[in-house]
Amino acid sequence: MKQLRTAALVFLAVVLLASLLAGVIAPAPYDFQFRESFNAACSTRHLLGTDALGRDRFSRVLFGTRVSLLLAPAAALISTVLAALIGGAAGYFGGRLQKVLMSATDLSMAMPWLFLLITVRAMLPLNTEPAVSVVITFGLLGLLGWPAAARVVCADAAKLIESDFILHARAMGCSEVRLFCRQLLPNLKPVLTAQFWISIPVFILAEANLGILGLGVVEPLPSWGGLLQELQSLALVTGRPWQFASVILLIATVTCFHIVIQREKAES
Amino acid sequence: MRRLGFFVACALTLLAPRLVVGQSELRFCLTSQPKTLNPIAVDDDASETIRYITGGVLIRLDRSTQQPVGELATGWRINKAGNAISFTLRPNLRFSDGTPFTASDVAFTIERLMDPDLHSPTGDSLRSKSGKVETRIADPFHVTVTFPAPVTGLERLFDQVAIISAQSPKKFMAVLGPYYVAENKAGSYLLLKRNPNYWKRDQTGRQLPYIDSIRLDIQQNRDKELLRFTRGEIDLINSLNPESFDLLKNRAPGMAFDAGVALDSEQIWFNQIPSSPLPDYKKAWFNSVHFRRAVSSAIHREDISRVVFHGYAQPAVSLISPANKIWFDQKLKPHAYDVKLALRELELDGFRLQGDTLRDRGGHPVEFSVITNSGNKDRERMAAMIQQDLRAVGIRLNMVTLDFPSLIERITRTFNYESCLLGFVNDELDPNAQMSVWLSSADNHQWNPNQKKPATAWEAEIDRLMQEQASALDATRRKRDIDRVQEIVWEQEPFIYLVNKHALSAVSPNVRNAHPVGLRPQVYWNIDQLAFATQPRRSQ
Repeated sequence: MKQLRTAALVFLAVVLLASLLAGVIAPAPYDFQFRESFNAACSTRHLLGTDALGRDRFSRVLFGTRVSLLLAPAAALISTVLAALIGGAAGYFGGRLQKVLMSATDLSMAMPWLFLLITVRAMLPLNTEPAVSVVITFGLLGLLGWPAAARVVCADAAKLIESDFILHARAMGCSEVRLFCRQLLPNLKPVLTAQFWISIPVFILAEANLGILGLGVVEPLPSWGGLLQELQSLALVTGRPWQFASVILLIATVTCFHIVIQREKAES
Repeated sequence: MRRLGFFVACALTLLAPRLVVGQSELRFCLTSQPKTLNPIAVDDDASETIRYITGGVLIRLDRSTQQPVGELATGWRINKAGNAISFTLRPNLRFSDGTPFTASDVAFTIERLMDPDLHSPTGDSLRSKSGKVETRIADPFHVTVTFPAPVTGLERLFDQVAIISAQSPKKFMAVLGPYYVAENKAGSYLLLKRNPNYWKRDQTGRQLPYIDSIRLDIQQNRDKELLRFTRGEIDLINSLNPESFDLLKNRAPGMAFDAGVALDSEQIWFNQIPSSPLPDYKKAWFNSVHFRRAVSSAIHREDISRVVFHGYAQPAVSLISPANKIWFDQKLKPHAYDVKLALRELELDGFRLQGDTLRDRGGHPVEFSVITNSGNKDRERMAAMIQQDLRAVGIRLNMVTLDFPSLIERITRTFNYESCLLGFVNDELDPNAQMSVWLSSADNHQWNPNQKKPATAWEAEIDRLMQEQASALDATRRKRDIDRVQEIVWEQEPFIYLVNKHALSAVSPNVRNAHPVGLRPQVYWNIDQLAFATQPRRSQ
C-alpha cells in the first residue's frame, strides 16, 4: 500500500513538474495552428498528433495539465477554507447559529450550480482574458464546492467540542476566539486535509464537464476539459487512439489523487 | 482488412433488418419530435419534414432544376398586376381518407393560413401588405387567390402551402402527399404509410410512391445516427457533418454524397448600433468600412473551408449562395486573403502597427471580442482560426462562447456585444425571403436593427433596391436590383461572409433514385420516387 502511494505521489510529481516546465518542454506554442497538418497522426514532429485546427496536441496537453493541476488545488483550498470556517463555527457554537449555517449549507447543496455557472459566465465582460476567465471558473467552483465538506467538518467539530481538552481549555479561561483558532481548528486538520484532497479530483472533473459544455476555459487556452471535448465526436476519435492521451492522463491523475486520499483518510 | 470488415458488416446488417421489416420500409432519423403535424402551423425542421412528405401542394419547386412544377395544379397564371394567381386543379383527386379534392379545399387552406389567430409562419410569407387575401372559386377545378398587393415570386411561395381538406372528418391528418401519418409515438418514432389515393404515377403507369412505409426515428445524437446507418438500421442521413462524411467516404464511398454548396452561410458582423454600450472609439472602428474590409481581407477563408469543413465548404461571397442559380451575382468573387491589403485599409483610417499590436489614432490597442453559441464546434473552430489570422495584423480577438439564450439576449435586446459569428439558414431561393434582414427598419438587420431612417447612404440604397424589386414584376429588373444589393454588400461588408457549406448526406446503396441536391430536403426531395434495389428503377 505504501509503495502504491509512493508511486502515485511520484506520478503526480512528474505530471506537475512536466506541466510547470511546459514552456520549455512543449515543442510548439499551445495555440499555434499548423494548418497544413490538422488532425495529424503521431509523429516525431507532433508526438500526440495535432487537433482539428492543427495545434500540437502534446503541447496542449502539457499546458492544459498546468491549468487544471494548478487551479484545481487552488479551488480545493478555497472550498476547504470556507468549509472549515462555516462548518467549524456551526459545530463549535451549536444552537441557533448551527441551524442557520447548516440551513444555508443545505440550500447551497440544493442550488442548481451548473445554471449559476452558466449565468455568471454569460455575465462576465466579453473581453475577459482567457487566463482571467479560467481563474474565475475555478474560483467559482471553489466558492460553490464547500457545502458537503462543511457538513462533515460541522459534525467533527460538534464531537470535538465535547472532548476533555476543550473542557480543560475552557476551564482555564481560554477565550472563545483562541479556543476556536488554537484548539479546535488544529484538531480538525486531518478531516480538512482529507476534504482538500477529495476536492481536487472533483474540481478537475467539474472543469472537464464544464469544458464539454463549452463553458469552461476559453479558447485558445487549453485545459483538460477543453481537450476532452474533441472526444465527443465519434468520427474524429475513430482510428486515432492517441487522442485519448488527455483522458488517460486525467484518469491516471484522478486515480493517483484517490490513492493519496485513501492514505490521508486512514491517517485521519 | 479493416475496410473489408466494415463492408462485410455493412452488407450483412443492411440485409438483416429487411428480413424482419420487409423490403418496403424506408427508415431515417429526425433530430427532434415534430412540434406539430398541422401543415399550417409548421415552424420547425422536424414538422417541415412531415409536411414535405405528407403534404400535397399546388406547385412544387423542383429541387434539382430550381423551377416550379405543377403538382395538384395542372396550370397557373399570374395576372398583370402581380397580385392574383389562378390555378387549374387536377381533377378526380382524393385525400388519403377518400375525401374528394376540390377548389373549396384550396380556399379553405388559404383562409386558415391567413387567419391572424393562428399565427401561421407559412401565412406570414404570403402577407405582402395589410389587407385581406381573397379566394374566388370559379368552379370545382378553378380557383383564384388575390392578394392586397403584388407579391413577387408568387408561385414559388406555394411550395410550402400543403392543402388541407375542408370536408374531411380527419381534418389536417387527411393529406394529398405520397404518405400519411399512420402512427406517432412521441419522442420515439413516426410511421408514415403510403397514401392509397396518391395521384402520381410513373411512366409505366404504376402508382407512386414505390416504398410502402417510412419510419422516422427520433434521434438527437448525430453520432448514433451515423452508427445506425453503418449498421444498416437506417437508410439515409439527410445532413452530415464534414468529419462524419469523411469517415463514411473513406470506408464506403458509395454511400457518401456531396451535393455541392448549399444555401446556408456563416458570417461575422460588427455591432454598429449607436445606442450600444460600447466605447466611442470602438463604435468608430466598427462603423468604418476600411476597418471591416481590413478584417475581411485578413481572414483566410480558404483555410477555414479546408481545415474546419475538410474542404466541404467554399468561401462565401454575398447574401446569396452560389447554389442559388437564379439570383447569385456571378460577377462577384470571394474577398481574397491579403494581409498587406488589410494593413493598407487600416492605414487609411489612421491605424498603425506598433510591434505586434495594432493601435488606432487615439493610441487604443485594437482588441475586440466575438461571441458565438457554445457547443457549435464549427463556429468555435472558425473563431479560433480568425483569432490567429487577425493576430497577423496586430488585432487581438477574444472568443466568447455563450449559451444560445444569452447570445440572443445580447444581439437582440441589450446589444452588449462587439462582434458576432453566426450562420443563416436559408430555405428560400427568392431574395424576398431576406427582406427582414436587409431593410434598415427590420428587426433582423443585425448590425444596426430597427433604424427609423437609414443610418448610411448605402443602407438607404439597399432599402430602395429591396423595396423596388419586391414590387417589380419584371424578372430582369429584379435581378438587376438584387445584383446591385449584392455588390453594395460586397463593398461595404456589414456582414463579413465566411463560407457556404456543402450539403453532405448519406444514402444506403439499397436505395435507388436518390439524387441528393443542395436545397432542403437534400436527399428525399423526390421521396415518392425513391425505391429499394429489389424494385424496378424509375425509367429515365
